[in-house]
Amino acid sequence: MTFRLAPLAVLAASLAFAPPANAADYDIDTKGAHASIGFRVKHLGFSWLTGRFDTFGGSFSFDDKAPEKSSVKVEIDTASVNSNHAERDKHLRSPDFLDVAKFPKASFVSKSVTPKDGGKATIVGDLTLRGVTKEVTIDAETIGGGADPWGGTRQGFAGTTKFKLADFGVPKDLGPASKEVELTLHVEGIKK
Amino acid sequence: MHIKDTPAGYGLVSRLFHWLMALAIFGLFALGWWMVGLDYYSVYYHSAPDLHRGAGILLLIALLARMAWRVLNVKPDDAELTPFERKAAHLVHLGFYPLLLALMLSGYFISTPDGRPIDVFGLFSVPSIIQQKGLEDTAGLVHRVLAYVTVGLAVVHTIAALKHHFKDKSNILARMWSGPLDR
Repeated sequence: MTFRLAPLAVLAASLAFAPPANAADYDIDTKGAHASIGFRVKHLGFSWLTGRFDTFGGSFSFDDKAPEKSSVKVEIDTASVNSNHAERDKHLRSPDFLDVAKFPKASFVSKSVTPKDGGKATIVGDLTLRGVTKEVTIDAETIGGGADPWGGTRQGFAGTTKFKLADFGVPKDLGPASKEVELTLHVEGIKK
Repeated sequence: MHIKDTPAGYGLVSRLFHWLMALAIFGLFALGWWMVGLDYYSVYYHSAPDLHRGAGILLLIALLARMAWRVLNVKPDDAELTPFERKAAHLVHLGFYPLLLALMLSGYFISTPDGRPIDVFGLFSVPSIIQQKGLEDTAGLVHRVLAYVTVGLAVVHTIAALKHHFKDKSNILARMWSGPLDR
């Protein structure tokens, strides 16, 4: 338990000493669960096997007027993998896949945001998984934003990316149709 | 032919329990060892764990019945053993019961913490009683360690039985196979 809390303490400390929030910093609303990180992998090439990570956190900065200055940071608790099947989740946490004992965290840190038409954007950043850091591209889309009914300000996005499991050192081969995984992020941020 | 145990040795029921469960325990150990290394595309990827779970539940039922049977029977004479041997044998024999019970319960908790039941060869299924995320990890570790301990203890038990049979020329092994000799 303690080793899982430690990163949270570091996060809390870094938040406490962060410079004053400017008008466009948001915390991802994991408390109210208006965010999710899902994945899908093809099963035998016959269907999509979907799952999600139940525990994660993060923040982003977003400026309506200058979306290219946006940035996003997400940290995932890999042990929270949930595919709605205890035996499979046990296998996913094992060294065959995520090896959560050795690599309890996965993260994404954006490096550049390139706005496109229609509220869409391309986010390039570093994904760290299983201790391997590689650049991935997220196709993102603004869903909406503005004042919420409870006195706050919210902003929401959806994004998808895909990568080869082997690129991040996942040793288990699930077959020719199942080499890639797609990640889908739905995030709603509450303005700090 | 004795059904129940007598002071001279074990009856038919106890001997069947002993040898069939020994076979099942070593068989399940080998099956478990083999199945966890199977490739995802092996034709046995699903059937081997199904067999392991089903046979494990049957073994659990057999264990409970055997414990009840042991209580209902007299203990065969072990006067020929030295005090140390008697104490060690007793410890090993009694150790098997809680060990096997914990081994099988831990196996049950690998498969059931998401609410799924364990199907026993399509005959009946054992429902999930505790739904707790992550329980499968703890149960898996316990199951693996206890499996090694159980088989280790069974090997010690076998070596001891062979020692009494061949070195001490005792009938301890023979009477477990063919029952009490009427004197």
